[in-house]
Amino acid sequence: MTGEEDILSSLAASLAERGDDLVEALGETAYMLGVSLAAAVLIGLPLGTAVYLTRPGGIAPQRIVWTIADTLINVIRSFPFLLLVVFLVPVTRAVYGTTFGTTAATFSLCVVAVAVYGRLVEQILREVSPGIPRVAQTLGATVPQTVLRFLLPEAVPGLVYALTSASISLLSYSTVLGVVGGGGIGDFALRYGYQEYDDVLMYFTILVILALVLVIQTIGQRISIRLDHR
Amino acid sequence: MSSPPLVALSGASVSYPGGVRGLDRVDLTVASGEILGVIGESGAGKSTLLSLLTGELAATEGLVTVLGGDVGRLNRAGLRQLRRDIGVVFQGVHLLANRTVRQNVEVPLSLRPRAMRDAGIVDEVLRFVGLDQRADAFPAQLSGGQRQRVGIARALVTRPRLLLCDEPTSALDASTAAEVLDLLRSARDRFGATVVIVTHDLDVVRDVCDRVALFDGGRLTDVLPVNRGARRERETYLDRARRELGA
Repeated sequence: MTGEEDILSSLAASLAERGDDLVEALGETAYMLGVSLAAAVLIGLPLGTAVYLTRPGGIAPQRIVWTIADTLINVIRSFPFLLLVVFLVPVTRAVYGTTFGTTAATFSLCVVAVAVYGRLVEQILREVSPGIPRVAQTLGATVPQTVLRFLLPEAVPGLVYALTSASISLLSYSTVLGVVGGGGIGDFALRYGYQEYDDVLMYFTILVILALVLVIQTIGQRISIRLDHR
Repeated sequence: MSSPPLVALSGASVSYPGGVRGLDRVDLTVASGEILGVIGESGAGKSTLLSLLTGELAATEGLVTVLGGDVGRLNRAGLRQLRRDIGVVFQGVHLLANRTVRQNVEVPLSLRPRAMRDAGIVDEVLRFVGLDQRADAFPAQLSGGQRQRVGIARALVTRPRLLLCDEPTSALDASTAAEVLDLLRSARDRFGATVVIVTHDLDVVRDVCDRVALFDGGRLTDVLPVNRGARRERETYLDRARRELGA
């Protein structure tokens, strides 16, 4: 047998034994990504928009709101993710009654998703030409109308692209969540590949993660380009 | 003229922090249906005047009346209401890049309650500016002149009684500018809008304005009727280049 055949037969044997676990781990990763991306859009998007609107010199300056929201985003983003997970243990326990398992682990991922995407949203809105909110104001738009009818339509391609980047970061963060029983593809690679010295399975899992990143990047990029008419 | 002026400034001044005067005791009226040119060099107070009329700036002294209402006494909701009755054509146009021509023109209507939206007006203004065939194009696919025409359609779609134009032709070549000015004049005739055009370009005033207000250092120095005899046969950009640059 050649070396290549060795590797392939070793991988086949590992997958025969662990294939179901791999599929389950992929399912857990998809769940964690899905929930945290939903949090990013539902909470991070309004949060980032609020920071943009309320900043000094912004469309609706509110120093107190801005200071709190901006600081919160900075603090969360400054935490090394593993320490954030540990730091949030009491909160997670209060919310879910447990700190263990995929759902509980997803909580900290949601927190970081909101902060990461919130900051990206704010930066993208800042890049919208100042003429656009000025036109909105001159046409008599309210602040919500300015956001919904002018700023967001103008920023949509950037927002989609940023969500792509955010999901790739979140995929990376999610690999840490094995520590609190979060499972997922990263945990799978560590547990069965690294800890059980199954190098072939570990490298194969890493390739799966790379493929996932590539797929997310390609889809996000294509949608963003399609929406961009500048 | 019997109808009350659409715009009246009485002793209107704007002082910026630090004591700099943007406008200094300006008395000016704009009659219903006229086209008034506002000219002056940079810093003369032209843009400050426009900001006063839209309520973006408040007069620090004096009275500013627009469409019969005292702008200084309007609260935020009142200002929004006033702005919805004014059309503004911007120097930089500022169209939404990811929206089609039609969607850009529809935007001001979308800010109003559904019952106040006139369904046929979008097609009407698109035809008026000659872009009904390009309604599904995106701004990046249009020339500068076409983009400014979209800007005019957007300003007219609410059938404003007052149309404010901030350097509407400064980014356009002479023949394109002439087309845009023709449109503004027709807008008055067709939609009954009173038009105020801020510009530094004397040709603009000569071509379309009935009267011209001259500003210098924040002061209104003169208000003159425009000599219609001064209107020249319009020449194309290339003809003008030949005449002015040729040996």
